[in-house]
Amino acid sequence: MEDLLEILRDLHPEVDFETCDTLIDDKILDSFDIVSIIAEINDCFDVTITAEKITPQNFNSAEALYALIQELEDEE
Amino acid sequence: MGTAVIVLASLYLLQRLLMPKYAADVVEGALIAEYYGEEKDHDVVFIGDCEVYENFSPAVLWQDYGINSYIRGSAQQLIWQSYYLLKDTLRYEKPQVVIFNVLAMQYNEPQREAYNRMTLEGMRWSRDKADAIRASMTEEEHFLDYVFPLLRYHSRWSELGAEDVEYMFHSPQISHNGYYMRVDVKPAENVPEGRILADYRFGENAWAYLDRITALCRENDIRLILVKAPSLYPYWYDQWEEQIEGYAAENDLLYINFLELVEETGLDFTTDTYDAGLHLNLSGAEKITGYLGEVLRQEAGLKDRRAEEHLARVWDGKIEAYEQEKERQYANTALDDSK
Amino acid sequence: MLFTSYAFLGFMAILFLLYYLIPGRFQWELLLAASYLFYFIAGPSWLLYILATTVTTYYAARRIEKTGQQQKAYIKVHREQLSKEEKKAYKDKMKTRQWRWLLACLFLNLGILAVVKYTNFAISNVNGLLRAVGSARQFGFWDIALPMGISFYTFQALGYLIDVYRGTVEAEKNLFKLALFVSFFPQLIQGPISRFGDLAQSLYAEHVFDAEKFCYGLERILWGYFKKLVIADRILTGVNAIIRDTGTYRGAYVFVGMMFYALELYADFTGGIDITIGIAQALGIGVKENFRRPYFSKSVKEYWRRWHITMGTWFTDYIFYPISVCKPMLKLSKLARARLGENIGKRIPIYLSSFAVWLATGIWHGASWNFVVWGLGNWVVLMASQELEPLYARLHGRFDVQGRGWYKLFQVLRTILVMSCLRTFDCYRDVPLTFRMFGTLFTEHNWHILWDGSLMGIGLSAVDYGVLLAGLVLLVAVSLLQRSGSVRDRIAAKPYPVRFLLWYGLFLAVLLAGAYGIGYDASQFIYNQF
Repeated sequence: MEDLLEILRDLHPEVDFETCDTLIDDKILDSFDIVSIIAEINDCFDVTITAEKITPQNFNSAEALYALIQELEDEE
Repeated sequence: MGTAVIVLASLYLLQRLLMPKYAADVVEGALIAEYYGEEKDHDVVFIGDCEVYENFSPAVLWQDYGINSYIRGSAQQLIWQSYYLLKDTLRYEKPQVVIFNVLAMQYNEPQREAYNRMTLEGMRWSRDKADAIRASMTEEEHFLDYVFPLLRYHSRWSELGAEDVEYMFHSPQISHNGYYMRVDVKPAENVPEGRILADYRFGENAWAYLDRITALCRENDIRLILVKAPSLYPYWYDQWEEQIEGYAAENDLLYINFLELVEETGLDFTTDTYDAGLHLNLSGAEKITGYLGEVLRQEAGLKDRRAEEHLARVWDGKIEAYEQEKERQYANTALDDSK
Repeated sequence: MLFTSYAFLGFMAILFLLYYLIPGRFQWELLLAASYLFYFIAGPSWLLYILATTVTTYYAARRIEKTGQQQKAYIKVHREQLSKEEKKAYKDKMKTRQWRWLLACLFLNLGILAVVKYTNFAISNVNGLLRAVGSARQFGFWDIALPMGISFYTFQALGYLIDVYRGTVEAEKNLFKLALFVSFFPQLIQGPISRFGDLAQSLYAEHVFDAEKFCYGLERILWGYFKKLVIADRILTGVNAIIRDTGTYRGAYVFVGMMFYALELYADFTGGIDITIGIAQALGIGVKENFRRPYFSKSVKEYWRRWHITMGTWFTDYIFYPISVCKPMLKLSKLARARLGENIGKRIPIYLSSFAVWLATGIWHGASWNFVVWGLGNWVVLMASQELEPLYARLHGRFDVQGRGWYKLFQVLRTILVMSCLRTFDCYRDVPLTFRMFGTLFTEHNWHILWDGSLMGIGLSAVDYGVLLAGLVLLVAVSLLQRSGSVRDRIAAKPYPVRFLLWYGLFLAVLLAGAYGIGYDASQFIYNQF
């Protein structure tokens, strides 16, 4: 989780990712950010988030994103 | 409910306000509607384009022959419009003679929206009006625009004038039994020759409507007379003349071509036209109307009705207006000349 | 049948009446019939195209879903017998099968779109090449009319198919219901491009007449007609005069043309969408918004999130993400990071996939080079502003300007200007000509035409300018109001006489100031046939 938060903070130092759960709804993350995050996650966690997993639910909060990563790790 | 009344009433008022009044400008647009205010007891009804309403004077027919006539003419009246106007007229009265000017045979298709408006808008609503509209519409026109003229004239608000308010609910009298009087003179010089046409045959549609006019008159025991007014222009081709002569002979109709009667009528194109030969002025119109009156009396056997008291009274008023207008116009032209 | 024709108004009136008179369960069937009638009137032969797209996506989606169900059922039944590897192999096999259905259907439908839309473009390019190499051989063009709305309904259908493939929505079991989703007539001509998940349920549901909703719908429709007829179609005369006479109208005129076109396009396109959404709303159906006051955007990136939204998200979801997060791309990115450094490596997926998106966006808008250049122009601007972000951040840090009114206004105007400049490609429709005309902006020095009365010479009268100005003021005022909530909610809260005056006033404005009928070039919506 800490690794993920670091990736996110790197992109948007001004956002409190631990509490924010409207990252997509409030347009804090845009499509470029999402692609960067996915690339970083791919690098760091060695899981691939495919396009169909890019939904507001999965990206609205760091927590949800982390849950997604874990789910993908389990599948691998 | 109240809302609906407010909306409908205000839209109606807007429509009255925005429709062109044809009172000072393009007065030709006012002619068709004026018929409905008349007592309908005419012996002769003219149908056709400007060649009827600028060239024949019903006042002369009355004064000299006691013939009660009316001109249902309008600018660029197309032959199907003439047909439906005749049908429309027959809903009110049955004249003994109908006179149709044949120049309109040159058009086989709808022509211009602006002229359609001037002919059709003045008609009262009836099956005939609807049919006339349908027969006349150019591609860009919609029937609905005739039902609700507001849709057509919606953008006229930027050019409204005092006359639009003044004549919102009533119109000034423009014509003298359908005759549009002009007394000014512009001699005809250098009348252009007609340009060469690819095909001199009248169109099928035009023929069909001429047949319908002929048949309609026959059914109603009306004597149909074809005329060609003596206008030098638009050019009347020999080939056209032949076709009309042929048609008249075939259908046993009287056809008078005033272009060939310049000597008999005493027309002088240096004094009898106000636009260099397109239309006659008052003096020209009175000359050829005199000739026509003779024909109507001798050939069609129309009686002199000057002794009919009521009719004579009606005409007295008309003649007075006619003379007044004449005087006013002559005074104006004298004023123009002295400038 | 144009939205701005009497026939369409009559069509709508009859539809509304029937829609609420018949039993609710038949409502969607009526909509389907109306949609097909609408399409049939537009072009009987075009029905074949939309039918082909409907049937193929229906079938492919069903196959994809069935394959998925089969896979799940098989795994469930054989849970005990199968090893983990066997399960994975079986899953992969079935996934491949789904993928093939998806691919086949995508190729077929994009193929149809490509053939009808781009064949003549291809021919003209081949001819150009032949001329360039000195060959006298030239190919004739294919005489085909682009089926109405094909770009829109194809994308809508394919979006549905991909969603089924991704498992986001269930495949529609009723072919006729899917046919309605693909052909729903208010959005057939110019979008929005709806998602099955957003639209379908309300499309098929039973709707009881709701006076308030119906009234909201009509208000929206009226507002749409106001934008289209009073503003867009009136200013069209001026725009056309300028872009059609490139010999006369140069320099500052190009600027005028650009700004007029910006207004025309906005009023035309959003007006059309207002009519679409208003009709849907009056029918009780929710269609997603396609615009969120785009001209209030402070950057080009923001603009593209607020203009033609459903197209933007379509491209993002179905082209940008799939390309940028696919395995080869991630590998490439990794490789680039190792070889070329962190900074470049990080950018590669974004640059490449957004390039693909903007190339596609350009060519989707029209089969000609000017649209391609326009699309890539947007890409360049977007990438440049992305790169400039750190610089701006530093500037904003040094000078306390951010959040100030005048600075926001500056940003908004800058965005409008940049977008208008790019759109000159759309105006002149010829790349070299566009560059030449754009160049005259800096060489002609005829800015005096802005105030010396020359603008009266481009087919617009003082009355036209007056109407346009009033329309523009109203447009801006309504947009400003919208920022703090629905304008229609506000109107609804007013007493009846006030509401009536507002409605009737707007109606009269359309009726009297609308540029329709004889004397006006009753125009098609710009986004027709894109």
